[in-house]
Amino acid sequence: MNPSAASSAQAASSAGGVLLEVRGVAKRFGARDVLKDISLNIASGEFITLLGESGSGKTTLLRLVAGFEQPTAGEIWMSGDRLDTIPPYKRRVNTVFQHYALFPHLSVRENVAYGLRVKKTSATEIGGRVEEALQMVKMEEFADSRPSKLSGGQQQRVALARALVNRPLLLLLDEPLSALDANLRKQMQSELKALQRELGITFLFVTHDQEEAMALSDRIALLRNGALEQVASPREIYAHPATAYTAQFIGQTNLLLGEIRGSIATCGVLRWPFEAPDTPVTFSLRPESIRICAGGVRLSSEVKFRASIRQQLYGGASELLEVDCGGQLLRVRIFAHGPLSGEHDFVFSIADAIRVQE
Amino acid sequence: MSSATSFRRAPLLTFYAAVVFIFIYLPVIVLILYSFNRDGVGGFPPHHLTLDWYRLLFADAPIWDSVVNSLIVAAGSVALSLTLGLLAALALDRATFPGKALFRRLVLLPLILPGIITGLSLLMFAVLVRTQLSLFTVFLGHGTALISVATTELFAGLQKMDRVQEEASLDLGATPWQTFWRITLPNLKLSLIAAGLLIFTLSMDEIAVTFFLIGRDNTLPLEIWGRLRRGITPEINAVSTLIFVVSVGLIVFWYRVRTRGLGADAQELLERP
Amino acid sequence: MYSRTYKAIVSVPPLLWVGLFLLLPYLLMFAHSFWAVQDQAIVHQWNVDNYRTLFTKPVYLEVLLRTMRIATSVTLCSLLLGYPLAYYLSFHAGARKELLYQLVIVPLWVSYLVRGYAWKTILGSEGVLNGFLQYMHLTREPVASLLYSPFAVVLVLTHIYTPFVFLPIYAALEHIPRPLVEASQDLGANSAQTFLRIILPLSIPGLLAGATFAFVLSLGDFLAPLLVGGASGTMIANVVQSLFGAAYDWPLGAAISVCILILIVSLLFLTERLEKRWSFK
Repeated sequence: MNPSAASSAQAASSAGGVLLEVRGVAKRFGARDVLKDISLNIASGEFITLLGESGSGKTTLLRLVAGFEQPTAGEIWMSGDRLDTIPPYKRRVNTVFQHYALFPHLSVRENVAYGLRVKKTSATEIGGRVEEALQMVKMEEFADSRPSKLSGGQQQRVALARALVNRPLLLLLDEPLSALDANLRKQMQSELKALQRELGITFLFVTHDQEEAMALSDRIALLRNGALEQVASPREIYAHPATAYTAQFIGQTNLLLGEIRGSIATCGVLRWPFEAPDTPVTFSLRPESIRICAGGVRLSSEVKFRASIRQQLYGGASELLEVDCGGQLLRVRIFAHGPLSGEHDFVFSIADAIRVQE
Repeated sequence: MSSATSFRRAPLLTFYAAVVFIFIYLPVIVLILYSFNRDGVGGFPPHHLTLDWYRLLFADAPIWDSVVNSLIVAAGSVALSLTLGLLAALALDRATFPGKALFRRLVLLPLILPGIITGLSLLMFAVLVRTQLSLFTVFLGHGTALISVATTELFAGLQKMDRVQEEASLDLGATPWQTFWRITLPNLKLSLIAAGLLIFTLSMDEIAVTFFLIGRDNTLPLEIWGRLRRGITPEINAVSTLIFVVSVGLIVFWYRVRTRGLGADAQELLERP
Repeated sequence: MYSRTYKAIVSVPPLLWVGLFLLLPYLLMFAHSFWAVQDQAIVHQWNVDNYRTLFTKPVYLEVLLRTMRIATSVTLCSLLLGYPLAYYLSFHAGARKELLYQLVIVPLWVSYLVRGYAWKTILGSEGVLNGFLQYMHLTREPVASLLYSPFAVVLVLTHIYTPFVFLPIYAALEHIPRPLVEASQDLGANSAQTFLRIILPLSIPGLLAGATFAFVLSLGDFLAPLLVGGASGTMIANVVQSLFGAAYDWPLGAAISVCILILIVSLLFLTERLEKRWSFK
């Protein structure tokens, strides 16, 4: 695990104390190591997302916390007590499943009341809390409907209410928005974030959608092939990606490969001063960091280069240019400009070229 | 991957399941064991293992005659049931006609009704049309009663089939008849085989309906029945063991052909629509 | 998409056949129940004497009640054996599920008659079980009451029908999406609660199908009593069988059959309604 992830793992977010500790957890299925030595601390009250491609291990990690799988190695602790040795029905953890998993033979009300009924809560208390939970997700008028009569978005809300009514210490969300269409998804993202803020419950969210992760989370834990690639806030992870993989996974970037020789970084035709020992190097340069150099003037903290425009992709508010810089194809994002062609001068700040591990 | 298995084993349930298994297999094991017992059935434990009963069995002509009779009846039943069952399934899937609901229930009735009722009804019918009871009447009885099996299986197969294929065939210029032979039927291959095997098995073991429609020639179950009335001999154990072994062999064969294939051809033949 | 000729070709032959060889015979049975027997011949005199006999002569009612008791016992025992087995296979067997499933099916390939006969050899006074008990010095004399009793009939029929009860229950259990089970545990229910609140309710259609099958077929069974029932284990179907055999009274036999038929059809109707009420998508 790279150093940046290691340090972030120990740092808890500002919100509260540490709620969940994942200590050196590994999980193996047959001959496959799905999770390798994961250590992560989750702070009370934070919205943290496990982000990664399919097969990265994010869902497995979630299921370990929920209790549906056992770690092959390592331990999980919550609020100072050992968690992974307790069965799922005894954990103060609740899950919102990817396809909602609502009980088809029970009404919405009965679904939401389930967790309370099972713990022998009094009928009056159940009534009040269920009503409260349904109001929270705006599903009161559907209380006596069957799940099969509800749309995907409505079922999702019920699943949320069903989990939250139990006042868990930690709420797990397994790609809950992936089955919704784009508009509904955006709307639910907003509601989810507001809900979390309001309730103050710790959310552990799983998704493969990096935009979703950045919009919702206090912190993102990026998983790759069963290991933590980087754990940081969305702004931090975007501005200072630790590795090339992170830089490319989150947002778009240009990867500049080159070398440092005699305190000069050279990537193709681009050169700038860079204080470091001689070594091969990779830089991440975000497309929006590059601008068209209007007057041809360059500050000493900037790098100027000439490139010819190969492609222009109009995007409404902005445009994406694909430019040929001495044989290397770079992407440049600028405000809407009108059609462009031919050769132009471009410029970027040296500070925006982030050095990343390969 | 379910939590039930990953979290705790259930020793009591496992033990109970094992007990049920033993209960299911007990007669079969006793049957096979005592087919080798010199002193016949009964007593414990069996000693003096011998193949005498099998030797006796192979020399026993009436039993083998009845086996042949059963095979003939079974083969005929498969042909009759599959043909009518296929038509019935197609009718239920694609046509509407008055009395369709009644028809559907009527076809399925022999499956759920005790065989004695169907058998007696057919007997009365045979008497009405003054037909002599024989293997032919048995064949008609089996074939009719087992239409339900074919219909259920083939109907399910039709539902699973994508109708678009037939539309594409017609679109490309094939007549409905050609479409049936080239597209519909091959798609039903697996259902036809499954239904055929099931009908064959049920016919071979059919007793209740056969009981009332049998003439002079016996089917195997009826032959065994006759002997049982006269007294128990381990020869019956021997023939049952043989049938069991053959049946298991057939299942294993069918299973392997279906999943692993006896070579690429067989697999492809079964999979290709 | 299908022409009228096509639809005619596929519907007419089975309709005709089923009408002739199924509907007509059942109607014939119905008709016979209203006829009488005189001097060893059937007379087509319409009357309801047969039904009157059935409801007035106590012997028939007695046998019918015994038959229903046996059928109920068989159904209950088959459920008690078949359901846990199906549950075990579906939720606890893991990788060996498919193999175990085939193993449950395999004994069905041994003829009913033969399996019944095997139980006869096990339960008899000179049989395997008695031999075993004496061998182990658990008894000194053979226990005679095992065979030729209603108990033996229930035992044999339970043995026959447990796999048939297992099959639809197993199918229903397999259909329950596993996330539902996980959700239940996630919300705090232990396995017993999860079973009672989630798994059992969702498996009811399969349970009803299996139970109906076992009950209905046990009700009309005549072979098991002949093999192992003896005098005290006679069932209603045996009465019918003898009326069509030595006791030669087809009309009375037909009347009893019609009663059984009506009983069964009503039961099927009832369970169909129940199954619909308990199936959720």
